[in-house]
Amino acid sequence: MTALRATDLTLPGRLTGVDLTLRPGEVTAIVGPNGAGKSSLLACLAGLLALETGAVTCGGEALAALPPRERARRIGYLPQTPEIAWDVSVETLVSLGRLPWQGAARHPARTTPAEDAAAVDRALAAMDLSALRHRPVSHLSGGERARALAARVLAGEPAWLLADEPLANLDLAHAAALVALLRAQAGEGRGVVLVLHDLAMAMNRADRVVVLERGRIVADGPPEQALEAALVSRVWQVQACWWGGPGTRALALGQP
Amino acid sequence: MTRLNLTLITALLVAVPLSLLAGRVWIDPFHPALPNATLIVLGLRLPRAVLAVTLGAGLGAAGAAMQGYLRNPLADPGLFGIAPAAALGAVLSFWLGLAAQAWALPLFALVGSGGAMALLGLIAGRSDGGVALFTLAGMMIASLAGALMSLVISLAPNAFAQSEIVTWLMGALTDRGWAEVRLALPPTLAGIVLLRLAGPGLDALVLGEATARSLGLDPRRLQALLIAGVGLTVGAGVAVAGIIGFVGLVVPHLVRPLTDRRPSRLIVPAALAGGLLLLLADSLCRLVPLVTELRLGIALSLIGAPFFLWLLLRLRRRGVRDGGLG
Repeated sequence: MTALRATDLTLPGRLTGVDLTLRPGEVTAIVGPNGAGKSSLLACLAGLLALETGAVTCGGEALAALPPRERARRIGYLPQTPEIAWDVSVETLVSLGRLPWQGAARHPARTTPAEDAAAVDRALAAMDLSALRHRPVSHLSGGERARALAARVLAGEPAWLLADEPLANLDLAHAAALVALLRAQAGEGRGVVLVLHDLAMAMNRADRVVVLERGRIVADGPPEQALEAALVSRVWQVQACWWGGPGTRALALGQP
Repeated sequence: MTRLNLTLITALLVAVPLSLLAGRVWIDPFHPALPNATLIVLGLRLPRAVLAVTLGAGLGAAGAAMQGYLRNPLADPGLFGIAPAAALGAVLSFWLGLAAQAWALPLFALVGSGGAMALLGLIAGRSDGGVALFTLAGMMIASLAGALMSLVISLAPNAFAQSEIVTWLMGALTDRGWAEVRLALPPTLAGIVLLRLAGPGLDALVLGEATARSLGLDPRRLQALLIAGVGLTVGAGVAVAGIIGFVGLVVPHLVRPLTDRRPSRLIVPAALAGGLLLLLADSLCRLVPLVTELRLGIALSLIGAPFFLWLLLRLRRRGVRDGGLG
């Protein structure tokens, strides 16, 4: 498995001199107030934004220099507001994740239909969707749909899973379940990078937390260290304190 | 070969011979008593049937690709401005008094569609591959071509020329022969192949532009395939038959529920169904007892519009939603 490294990332008005090396097998949470540059950073890490300065490398190779499909085979990306244009079935939706593997006829990376079907089956099973595979996406609940979209990314079997606020619009139980499923993916050696708004979720479930403020990294490390109450209070401009013990911490806010 | 495609091909294999028998003069295949039966079938009806299937196939495939690209069930092949530009070229040939020459009208129409394709290509080359800018540019070309067409019609030298242009614009396959087939068939087939090649890119767009890029989509290659594919199919169609609406809009809707709704899986069935629909509509035009033959474009809208409305209402009742699932 290969590291995903950002060097001196700068996007005018959004990111300033971001240096970050992400390790596979970990769940990294990117947090920060609105407008801090979280989504921009994630899109850069996915190789989706043209950079003026700086570079993102995956396994030592610059993403910008990789052919788009090769990049897509390494990095799976789940955007913040995913749309589904047609009322496809869950299985069809998930199978779209195999597109990077279905290029030119004689390409060495090209997979067979049987291999694609097996990958789709694994992704459906990992997201606990096997029973719903034939259901149209318009008939899914919010939680099921979020899992189906995550399964679409998993089906591509990328080394890196990048998700922008995957827990938005999910209730507590579904959010916890999705995080557990993503943690299991990290346990299998994938790199998982999540943009999160829920600081307690980041504190309790991430291996590493990166805090962004106005386009700069202001803290980066294990959750207990990166999300200490004083820093949260300063960056989010609230009075925050953590309650509870490791793994079950809750954030309490006082008057600013 | 999917079962849907096989069914549609079988239907075409049944419908084409039947359409050869139907018309003002009915031909009994078992008692060919008419002295010119062979001439009527091989010289008049067969090329017309081949042309109907060809143009319908081109329009169906182009419509399916456009709806896939714009992720919108209301899109049709005219949106990129290629059909209006081709029609503008044809109308200019009338205005210049050249339409009596057999070569002039198709040539002018092809130059018109080629011009629209070149403009679109230029715009696509300068944009970052975004769908919205590209589509707006196409709509600008469409409205510009439409305005110029109205201008040319209003400047027509006499009322006869005007009515000639307006009649041509309604679209028809009357009196078309093998020459038109030779002109339209190769570009249409090439266009359908290009649209099919655009399939994986259209599939990636199901999940929006950001996801499509993350799946390795090359937006400019997709735009190039679409410009060429829609340009060849629609341009060839307008060049030989005028503007035939409706097929490109309706056929994808008719076929989509029979597929898994992946845009790539819709291109070929939409082509086959488009060919079938246009063949049936054209045969019907020959049969309706009017003083002159009913114009194909009018017939299609007359039958198609109420049917389409009924279909939409029925789908809504069943709770099927397409487009804008958000």
